[in-house]
Amino acid sequence: MPEEKREFVCISCPRGCEITTVLDGKSIVSVSGNICKLGVKYVEDEVTDPRRIVTSTVRVRGGVTPLAPVWTEQSIPKGMILRLADGLRKVEMTAPVKCGDVVLENIFGTGINVVASGEVDVK
Amino acid sequence: MHDRFGVAVIGGGPGGLAAAIEARRNDAGRVLVIERNERPGGILPQCIHNGFGGDIFGQDLPGPLYAQRFIDEAVQNGVEFQSDTMVMGLDSDLTIHAASRRNGYIALKAGAVVLAMGCRERTRAQVRLPGTRPAGVFTAGTVQRLVNIEGYMPGKRFVILGSGDIGMIMARRLTIEGAGVVKVIEILPFLTGLRRNYVQCLRDFDIPLELSTTVNRIIGRERLEAVETVRVDPELKPIPGTEAMIPCDSLLLSVGLIPENELSLRAGVELDPVTGGPKVDERMATNMPGIFAAGNVVTIYDLADEVSKAGYIAGRSAAEYARNGHGGGGDTVDIVPGENVRGVVPHRVNIREGLDTGVVLSFRVSRPIEGKAVIEVMHGDTLAASVRKPFARPAEMLSVHVKLKEINRSDKNITVNVRAADGE
Repeated sequence: MPEEKREFVCISCPRGCEITTVLDGKSIVSVSGNICKLGVKYVEDEVTDPRRIVTSTVRVRGGVTPLAPVWTEQSIPKGMILRLADGLRKVEMTAPVKCGDVVLENIFGTGINVVASGEVDVK
Repeated sequence: MHDRFGVAVIGGGPGGLAAAIEARRNDAGRVLVIERNERPGGILPQCIHNGFGGDIFGQDLPGPLYAQRFIDEAVQNGVEFQSDTMVMGLDSDLTIHAASRRNGYIALKAGAVVLAMGCRERTRAQVRLPGTRPAGVFTAGTVQRLVNIEGYMPGKRFVILGSGDIGMIMARRLTIEGAGVVKVIEILPFLTGLRRNYVQCLRDFDIPLELSTTVNRIIGRERLEAVETVRVDPELKPIPGTEAMIPCDSLLLSVGLIPENELSLRAGVELDPVTGGPKVDERMATNMPGIFAAGNVVTIYDLADEVSKAGYIAGRSAAEYARNGHGGGGDTVDIVPGENVRGVVPHRVNIREGLDTGVVLSFRVSRPIEGKAVIEVMHGDTLAASVRKPFARPAEMLSVHVKLKEINRSDKNITVNVRAADGE
């Protein structure tokens, strides 16, 4: 397979390094332009298994606000983002909600939970 | 009623919470945070996206969780809160006039005050968008509040004007919640938000970005029906014949933030017309004795972490002032923006003993430098510091650390320049 050059912008931190990678299929021949090691890890994941943290909201019954913010504690495969968003629209929690309360367990068999990222007091 | 506090902090967002925590840690006595909302946290509770805390916690956290860490720490440190309270005035003798539903009018006296009111968004009026005035034109923060807090989706088909971070983050958020985002348009020839947000908010969801383009006209009677866009030349003037019609029911404006300084002005605080915030020294002290300022009230930062760090400095300085009745003193050196530099914070630095840790100067460039750039800090004709950067873009705040022993004469200004590095 011929070598292929691909450009990435690292999303690991606000610096947003522009990284140039030479790929042979899915294996990485060289990485340049990154300021730290996170850039290498980002490119490796982006080539083989791109993942993102997902943040959203779920409905809350009896809270001071009708929604609670939630997030996946670890990043999940990019292809699952919109499916997860659909799933979260069907969830309803009951106030009070505390940071870290589990909203959905082991989503799509990834072993990753969706948990609350903020508090909602009882109305 | 006259309650006496060591330090009173106006605003309970990331700047104010950090200032309050640090004031307590520095023996300020009673420390009070006055917050307009029911709960402290400022705007963070509606910023449900991650990207917060990398600097301060070494972790990537959503906004509400970042705020909760600071709220918990403030409570543990004995910070007092007066929520659901609106500050209406601040006198030069550090009396705060406020009102709340529970207590009505109250006056508070403090040994030092930290201004941490943050910023507000530019609106349609401030970018002078021509056309009718239908429903469906929102600022990004308004949509963020409706979608993330109130649970209400205000449109089905959005156009986003401005490539600022909140605009791009809302493009992703709206897409995840099932609304359509047609495109993001930006009048400048470059992105105004962070590039990581372009990648994970626009490119991940195939949302197009069109640079050098703006809204020419808003169309619709009751509700927005379409926007007419137009391409602009390098002077940002519309190019005739490049108009395009985009049917949509909502226009989301992400066109910049303005420091919120109505209170500061009334208290006699001098503002910098470039940043829109108070002129401060390296302790975040304003020109008014005992009044300090921190965060987006001073200048618009890229990251909440930077706001919190400015809050720590202001809180420490306010505590010192509250204990001693004074602070700083001595000669000051003015810091002025030089070549390709806008809005340097702080605006002046005190020459004083025991301050050998130096000072961090933060600013933005006016024009992008793609390729190696060099920041030069001149004290008079002497080079006080020089730092190289891989590039310099207006969207990203730059900072440079200057050792104070290199700045030892008050008859010379400090100037900051940013230029392309020679021969590279």
